[in-house]
Amino acid sequence: MTRTRGRRLRPAWVTRTRGRRLRPAWAYGVAVAFLAAATLVSALVGAADLNPLDTITALVHLPSGLSPLDRAVLFQIRLPRITVAIMVGGLLSVAGAGYQGVFRNPLVDSGMLGASAGAGLGATLAIVYLGSTGTAAVPVAAFAGSLAGVAIAYLSGAVGGSGTATLLLAGVAVGLFLTAVQTYILQRSAQDLQQVYSWLLGSLSGATWQQAAEILPYAAVSVTVVLLHGRHLDVLSVGDEEARALGLHPGRVRLVVVAACALAAASAVAVSGLIGFVGIVVPHVVRRLAGPSYRLVLPLSLLTGAGFLVLADTLARTVVSPAELPIGVVTALVGAPVFVWILRSTAAVRT
Amino acid sequence: MSAITIDGLTVDLDHVRILHAVSCAVSPGGWLALIGPNGAGKTTLLRAVAGLLPYRGAIVLDGADLGSLRGRGRARLIAYVPQIPVLPPDLTVQEYVLLGRTPYLGYLSSPGRADHQQAAEASQRLDVARFAGRRLASLSGGERQRVVLARALAQDPKVLLLDEPTSQLDIGYQQQVLELVDDLRRSRGVTVVSTLHDLTQASQYAGHLVLLSDGRVEAAGPPPAVLTQDLIARVYAARVTVTADPAGHPVITPQRPPPAPPDASAPPGAS
Repeated sequence: MTRTRGRRLRPAWVTRTRGRRLRPAWAYGVAVAFLAAATLVSALVGAADLNPLDTITALVHLPSGLSPLDRAVLFQIRLPRITVAIMVGGLLSVAGAGYQGVFRNPLVDSGMLGASAGAGLGATLAIVYLGSTGTAAVPVAAFAGSLAGVAIAYLSGAVGGSGTATLLLAGVAVGLFLTAVQTYILQRSAQDLQQVYSWLLGSLSGATWQQAAEILPYAAVSVTVVLLHGRHLDVLSVGDEEARALGLHPGRVRLVVVAACALAAASAVAVSGLIGFVGIVVPHVVRRLAGPSYRLVLPLSLLTGAGFLVLADTLARTVVSPAELPIGVVTALVGAPVFVWILRSTAAVRT
Repeated sequence: MSAITIDGLTVDLDHVRILHAVSCAVSPGGWLALIGPNGAGKTTLLRAVAGLLPYRGAIVLDGADLGSLRGRGRARLIAYVPQIPVLPPDLTVQEYVLLGRTPYLGYLSSPGRADHQQAAEASQRLDVARFAGRRLASLSGGERQRVVLARALAQDPKVLLLDEPTSQLDIGYQQQVLELVDDLRRSRGVTVVSTLHDLTQASQYAGHLVLLSDGRVEAAGPPPAVLTQDLIARVYAARVTVTADPAGHPVITPQRPPPAPPDASAPPGAS
């Protein structure tokens, strides 16, 4: 041991991490507090001013001083919208983090691999060709289109080889193709432009309890599956070859996690339209706070993403009140600069 | 202590035959060094033993053919350290060493107390426990290699496969790492198979050498039998002299070609 020069060795297995990384318990605490605060703010803020104290007592199911009208605003308008925002934000963030683990790339988003393009094409087809029944069919069409986009990308990528780069490139190609088809259809039916675009930019303005209930099963299954694979994604971080030498089947893990992430993203897209950047920004912030282990990144992204989207939606419906901003615009305004920041900070590491 | 016997190992990659019916053996607790020119098939042989490549022929560990053994079962017996391991920059040493316990974990289970204990022991063994909380990106070359070895040791393998374990290190760290490996071999009875570029190091640390050339075994045996001037000249097209160090291990010294006849450009008076 020539290099240690007799320095006294600390016998204990040192668990403290140098640098600023939150301990797991603290990280969970911060994430839960953030979500709770976001929920409370969103419940209180809006066109109708609710009394904060009464709102909190009503929220915990105690008799409160809220008028029947206020109660209706709270329980039939704001809470369903908050609930859907929590689900969508959590789903998009978990899907983004899961994809990032599978592809070992922090810039992959829940909408990649043809998911967003497929959803967009599905929704466009429903709006343009199904006429008045189309509006009701949009969520189903978007859900199916999103899953189909990922399936096509995965199959064409798997043919070209087993590498993650091949898969990502296949996703880009499939995405561009589906978007081209969608643009062509739109160009032939300009009267539907407005409706399609307002869907594309994402919105939670029509959120209902029913929507939340409809996506709940898919959300529960997909999130559970992704969360159970945190350790596998950690092993994958040393590369396919070494992961295999450690006894992991990278192809199998990748297939399971991609399928679950696709389901998560499709469930979110069905009720919200396209909301970008959440799946990139949230896991990145979580990594900065809690480190890169997916056993922490996945559950923390779920909580933080939920809080982030509740806040984003609150901004979307209050900033230009009584009108609303599309929530996709809000997340993009925050997300695009952060995306560039990630690019710059990781480029330095990669070169 | 485990013995490996490789019999008729044939590997094709992209329809090119890389290994032609290679046969060799390592005695229990021994150290086998694979030597040979670039492209001879040394790494391919290691990867085949690790189960990372499809192959024909038999790889037998303690009498059991590894051919039927894949995934976690194989990973409990064999640890593989590639020439340039992937070190996720933000992972801590502790998190990384713990990955070595992967073969022992069920699909949905997490590392338990015993796994942490094993990882901690491996870290102390390789003297990396004192910086267990540091990010991998912050480690020096020698520290990195010890951390990677700690991960392999946490795997509690019977066989350790090392691909050029010293290629990224300066001479001091090279010796340190090789001594550590030899120490593990002696104290834990781990059987070591490594590729080594440096022939003198191969002769000093490995008890048995296999010289590969174009995917075939050119020579095999104890270092003095393999590292001869003629063989090295033929296989590597290299000009060397072979002497012996005080312990009797062959020492390979490269030689320059004899000086060209005096030419006009030489400065006057220079001899």
